[in-house]
Amino acid sequence: MSVKVRIPTILRTYTGGQAEVPAEGTKLSEVIESLEKDHPGIAARVLDDQGKLRRFVNVYVNDDDVRFEGGLDAATPDGAGVSIIPAVAGGC
Amino acid sequence: MAVQTVAGNATTASPDLGPAAALSCRECGERFELGPLFACASCFGPLEVAYDLPTGSPEELRKRIEAGPDNIWRYAPLLPVPADVADKPNLNPGFTKLVKAYNLARELGVTGGLYVKDDSGNPTHSFKDRVVAIAVEAARAFGFTTLSCSSTGNLAGAVGAAAARAGLRSCVFIPHDLEQGKVVMAAVYGGELVGIEGNYDDVNRFCSELIGDPLGEGWGFVNVNLRPYYGEGSKTLAYEICEQLGWRLPDQIVIPIASGSQLTKIDKGLQELIKLGLVEDRPYKIFGAQAEGCSPVSAAFKAGHDVVRPQKPNTIAKSLAIGNPADGPYVLDIARRTGGAVEDVTDEQVVDAIKLLARTEGIFGETAGGVTLGVTKKLIEAGVIDPTLTTVVVNTGDGLKTLDAVSATSQATATIKPSLDAFRAAGLGTA
Repeated sequence: MSVKVRIPTILRTYTGGQAEVPAEGTKLSEVIESLEKDHPGIAARVLDDQGKLRRFVNVYVNDDDVRFEGGLDAATPDGAGVSIIPAVAGGC
Repeated sequence: MAVQTVAGNATTASPDLGPAAALSCRECGERFELGPLFACASCFGPLEVAYDLPTGSPEELRKRIEAGPDNIWRYAPLLPVPADVADKPNLNPGFTKLVKAYNLARELGVTGGLYVKDDSGNPTHSFKDRVVAIAVEAARAFGFTTLSCSSTGNLAGAVGAAAARAGLRSCVFIPHDLEQGKVVMAAVYGGELVGIEGNYDDVNRFCSELIGDPLGEGWGFVNVNLRPYYGEGSKTLAYEICEQLGWRLPDQIVIPIASGSQLTKIDKGLQELIKLGLVEDRPYKIFGAQAEGCSPVSAAFKAGHDVVRPQKPNTIAKSLAIGNPADGPYVLDIARRTGGAVEDVTDEQVVDAIKLLARTEGIFGETAGGVTLGVTKKLIEAGVIDPTLTTVVVNTGDGLKTLDAVSATSQATATIKPSLDAFRAAGLGTA
């Protein structure tokens, strides 16, 4: 399954400045592994020492927050858009 | 610790932001140069402003503050703003009333002193003017020409007004189904107002993506890439409350939670006052208030968790309807550290509390104020808030913004013909 991943500004040092990169995987954990293969070091920015999503990272598959969709097991259908976004934005 | 170089699109090499010294990651402590950054490049943690705070005697600083203008700029030595901030075009918010609520105290059985910090008195009628005023100075320092935000309503109006005064362009984003009053209050200032088909969390996500795109180049999003500075504006609530109490910490303070930023910054402000010797260091408790229909932080507090599971909001308190609150974990830390709590109330209790505040003190708060007072009442009744201690309730906005919440139950007592007989027949009058 091929997906497109939106990369936030603070991770673009790993993608040569690209804002969107392709990746492979049927679920989010596989997509992150695929990202790491092509852009070494990026996984450690998104995942903590226990291999879980960092608490200040939001990931969306299309319009769905993966925390409602199984986290790293969230399905990533062919052609899906995956967005990685810092969670600290917004609010008062 | 080494200071990392700014990687954002700042246009000023060394911005003049007064005592602000650097940005520091709240999670891992890594430091960055002042710039339009909001998340740590190492761990995604939130960045906040680190200061070189004033040295010298507390008495001198207190006198300097008291001689300052009747707005937040009296605290300029403690904020990320240039020393001449008061001379620049700005809405000059703050120094709102701290109302001693005698009637409300009697009704709730509070004997230790009950106060309402009434931030409906700000230029656009909510506390948002405080945070936006700081963000405007950061936008100027970084050379941004467009001021923007994701908003549940109040912020959109505050940004529109502040941009108009500062001579900046504004383009703000709101959920498409906001209360009509808030839409009008945001649109009237002449900037662009864009409704997004989705809830606040969708709007916020959109803005976070826009910021990394050329379409958003040169834009200062007050609560995204200017968030570390913007958030500092909420510290002024803490400064004012203490100064208005006679340079004294309140024993208990009840604060609404949307993202949780306001609560964390009030705590930061109180800690700074202690550190500077402006108030006596004594225990205080911080309580957080949410609506049941959007209560991720309250749920985590009650469950004993230190992480917040996002919720899909469904409440009349739309200004607090953030299902994925960025500062939720820190709110939990602060409530637990100070011996406070986080609680929630139903929409019905919110309406009852809005009317209670209006009936007892002549203050018409918006739904967020209803949430805060509703939770205060609930926690007093539960014995969690001590009625014998000084308690401050923060009302963050004006009820005129959320008329829908109370319009069904706030109507004319009677409609009569213009005659004394009709008045008497309606059972009105004293005779």
